[in-house]
Amino acid sequence: MPLLEIKNLTVSFDTAAGPFMAVQGIDLSIEPREVLAIVGESGSGKSVAMLAVMGLLPNTATVKADRMAFGGVDLLGLSPSERRKIVGKDISMIFQEPIASLNPCFTVGFQIEEVLRFHMGMDRAQRRARAIELMKLVGIADPEERLSSFPHQMSGGQCQRVMIAIAIACNPKLLIADEPTTALDVTIQKQILDLLVSLQAKYGMGLIMITHNMGVVAETADRVIVQYKGRKMEEADVLSLFESPKSNYTRALLSALPENAVGDRLPTISDMLFEPAPSAAGAVS
Amino acid sequence: MSVTVLEGKNIVRDYHVGGGLFRPARTVHAVKGVSFTVRKGKTLAIVGESGCGKSTLARIITLIDPATSGELFIDGNKVDIAKDGLSKEMRRKVQIVFQNPYGSLNPRQKIGDVLGEPLLINTDKPAEERRDLAMKMLKKVGLGPEHYNRYPHMFSGGQRQRIAIARALMLNPSLLVLDEPVSALDLSVQAQVLNLLADLQDEFQLTYVFISHDLSVVRYIADDVMVMYFGEAVEYGSRAEVFADPKHNYTRTLFAATPRADVASIKARLARKKAA
Repeated sequence: MPLLEIKNLTVSFDTAAGPFMAVQGIDLSIEPREVLAIVGESGSGKSVAMLAVMGLLPNTATVKADRMAFGGVDLLGLSPSERRKIVGKDISMIFQEPIASLNPCFTVGFQIEEVLRFHMGMDRAQRRARAIELMKLVGIADPEERLSSFPHQMSGGQCQRVMIAIAIACNPKLLIADEPTTALDVTIQKQILDLLVSLQAKYGMGLIMITHNMGVVAETADRVIVQYKGRKMEEADVLSLFESPKSNYTRALLSALPENAVGDRLPTISDMLFEPAPSAAGAVS
Repeated sequence: MSVTVLEGKNIVRDYHVGGGLFRPARTVHAVKGVSFTVRKGKTLAIVGESGCGKSTLARIITLIDPATSGELFIDGNKVDIAKDGLSKEMRRKVQIVFQNPYGSLNPRQKIGDVLGEPLLINTDKPAEERRDLAMKMLKKVGLGPEHYNRYPHMFSGGQRQRIAIARALMLNPSLLVLDEPVSALDLSVQAQVLNLLADLQDEFQLTYVFISHDLSVVRYIADDVMVMYFGEAVEYGSRAEVFADPKHNYTRTLFAATPRADVASIKARLARKKAA
């Protein structure tokens, strides 16, 4: 049974100019222990689709799907409080801006222990022990001391490690990472990606990597979904995607990478761009 | 064709951080003695991570901040803004394009006024001529006359970066400093802006100082590469030299950390994963 199964997901936002379709009929499934990358440029709906799974979209959004099931449980049929028991525990998410996603008013120790209190019902001593264990796991030196640091006292990379510690605190079955390294330097990016992949393998989590960076995809994913303007353009395992991309859009995306430049000009996507609303039918195998 | 446009000798910049009741004052050495030369029509890329001093150096080259010590020559003339101030002539010669095109354009200013303002301040050209020049520049950067009366919020990120480049070029500068000009842009738009920069360089024999943390972009655009680490230039040489044979450990770390998107390295990773 797939860990997460989504069929025909659409998300639309009410705007002054009428409904805006951010996601238009996405199918997605991820198996346990799998790393799935969702690639696309800004506005491709890659984050919105995952926020819909987490139930984190604002009231202006309308989420529809034929099926959205996590471990066989239909997420759309759940009451908000039942859903809260799954989100943050069995499915957790980390975001792009590590410093902005932590609360500046509380110590990182408090923020890690909060999850443990809410979802696991641990007492104070257990929480502290687990928080120290988690800090060690994500590679923060002096965990006992660092628990009483505030987010502003840590670097961006360390804040992202804390975010990861919070996300894996309850041993989730699925971790969604939304551009986890975009705000970080390349050397730190490498460390965080290595950390995510090693934790994924160690605990057998499913991992969804949302990214716009083809390099990150190449370094982490088993399987890849390419999205463009709310539609799925292509789905393939990572090797065949890079070896023989099927859709025009993927080909354009890969050839726009500076390291693939032939001659002294880069091919741009508009050179090969198809009609504004490409049908997914021709593109997906 | 090898006129030196920009030369820096032993540039140092210190910042003094004032102390408080419980903290003594201290000095941050942001740039520690960096030297470089850029010839006309060439691109020098400065690479490094956040906090390595690359943007401080950009501000010094752009004559926004003075250097604490060291000598800066632009078109062969020594410039010291701390002592002599800044002449209009010098202001014209060096222009900068910033990283975030959403922050660097005034939201209340129409595009035509954005482009006309450098001329208004630095030259005594009449309004009509300013307008004509702005129209021409819009065309150069791939926009049209219909964009003249629009506001920045009506443009996408890539178009705004084109506008920022157009504004920088209004005064025919000899040196253009590009501070992470494509890192806020999507991959496809990044390719378009890089192509535009290459076209403009060919057409006007522009000299670029290109600041970036993205090695794949640097490899594509640079003639010379300087790698900075904690305020020092740990590696400086032609693109081929630096990429083929990095001398400093930090450069090697940087190369090793850059994600690779080629088929061979994906195969290697999948094989490693299978074995584990």
